[in-house]
Amino acid sequence: MAGPAVRLLLPAAALAAAVLAWHAVVSHYRLPPYILPGPGLVARTVVADWGMLSDSLLVTLRTALTALALAVAGGVGLALLFASARIVELSLYPFAVILQVTPVIAIAPLMLIYLPSNTAVLVCAFIVAFFPILANTTLGLNSVDRNLADLFRLCGAGRWRTLVHLRLPAALPYFLGGLRIAGGLALIGAVVAEIAAGSAGRGSGLAFRIVEAGYRLNIPRMFAALLLLSLAGVVIHAGLTALSWLALRRWHESALARGT
Amino acid sequence: MPLLTLSGVEKSFPNGVTALAGLDMAVREGELLSLLGPSGCGKSTVLRLIAGLSEPTAGGLTWGNAGGPPSIGFVFQEATLMPWASVFGNVYLPLRLKGESRRTATPAVEEALALVGLDGFRDAYPRELSGGMKMRVSIARALVTRPRLLLMDEPFAALDEITRFKLNNDLLALWRRVGCTVVFVTHSVFESVYLSTRILVFRNRPGRVAAELDIDPAVPRDEAFRTSTDYAVLCRRTSAALADAMGEA
Repeated sequence: MAGPAVRLLLPAAALAAAVLAWHAVVSHYRLPPYILPGPGLVARTVVADWGMLSDSLLVTLRTALTALALAVAGGVGLALLFASARIVELSLYPFAVILQVTPVIAIAPLMLIYLPSNTAVLVCAFIVAFFPILANTTLGLNSVDRNLADLFRLCGAGRWRTLVHLRLPAALPYFLGGLRIAGGLALIGAVVAEIAAGSAGRGSGLAFRIVEAGYRLNIPRMFAALLLLSLAGVVIHAGLTALSWLALRRWHESALARGT
Repeated sequence: MPLLTLSGVEKSFPNGVTALAGLDMAVREGELLSLLGPSGCGKSTVLRLIAGLSEPTAGGLTWGNAGGPPSIGFVFQEATLMPWASVFGNVYLPLRLKGESRRTATPAVEEALALVGLDGFRDAYPRELSGGMKMRVSIARALVTRPRLLLMDEPFAALDEITRFKLNNDLLALWRRVGCTVVFVTHSVFESVYLSTRILVFRNRPGRVAAELDIDPAVPRDEAFRTSTDYAVLCRRTSAALADAMGEA
């Protein structure tokens, strides 16, 4: 029913309408910028403060992406270890759960005592991004079709070949699902930890800029930094969605166009 | 000497279920043997024992002449294809796992695909195929290693009747061409009579052979046979044997 043009135009129109309504409210009630800046002022602030904001954006993005990469390496590595030895899974899984369920905002101050603040931020982002990858990849590695596993045995396939040709491809959709969640969480973790670190007096990420601008009652800059943060989140999400689509488009239900 | 003899085979599972007890049967070289019985009578367990996917609790399997088990192809109840691999990749799998390169395996894969009439589909993915075509890929995968023994576990049970009839005929043609021994598990009297040269009727709980029926391999299997009086008589006899076996249980 909905063509590709409509599917792009509809959300774009809705977004434009929301921005217009925002602008209308601000100008109609003559709201001062320290209460609520209009969209035009926010855009101008992004341009005016671009030098500082872009540096901070890069810092936050670098932290989030590094944390994500580490989470992929650690999560997949540990999932492989879990899948190969049940005893490892039984002994280590509780640690992973404890790390996951403890709010990262509560861990951050401790990390900031033990580690340099940049590293502490990275570790916090890693901790939140790590679990969905571990949990999903473990689930995927254990979700192999039993008959296919029998067929591999029948063909005399060893553990290595079974892993490479059966368990890893079977786990791929699960892993990619975990990766998409982890991408968003890495950014959240980085921001939360930056805020914790910022209040301790150091940091130059976007979250720190928000806190700092808040102290100075520079509300337009808060909005500008927030805008960049959410854009960064959207870009990460879109990138990972595209990656997932590229990897699965030939065979997985989730990547198939509906109604074809 | 038969290809394989099972004597006094018993199989019980850790949960206390005894699937097979006192099973004696033989698989003869070159025959198309059907194992017929109600669900849960241990027919599939027999196939798994023959394939070496599980071990009997008591009794044993004796392989004829050569000593060891011959090359075996296995077709499951579902097509059991790898969704991430193309038709070619799926059929290539058994050879790949034996360490053959894609290039040297290509002729064998293409031959197997031709045998099941899927020449033009080597680059298709399983999701693009119908249930019957998926099953053909599964059969091609089982045949690609040129097995001497083909084990089939209710392969057509999930297909519609028209597709099943077609695949029955194709299987018979294949069997004659390839010349391997086939052990075919089914719960359909009509299918077993149409396909087999011999039927073993299983009884339930614990599973064992209740009756044996021979069907003249020389009779041509075609639509004329399917609608003939001989076929009806054989089906009636087989049904009666099955009813007896189930009554005994």
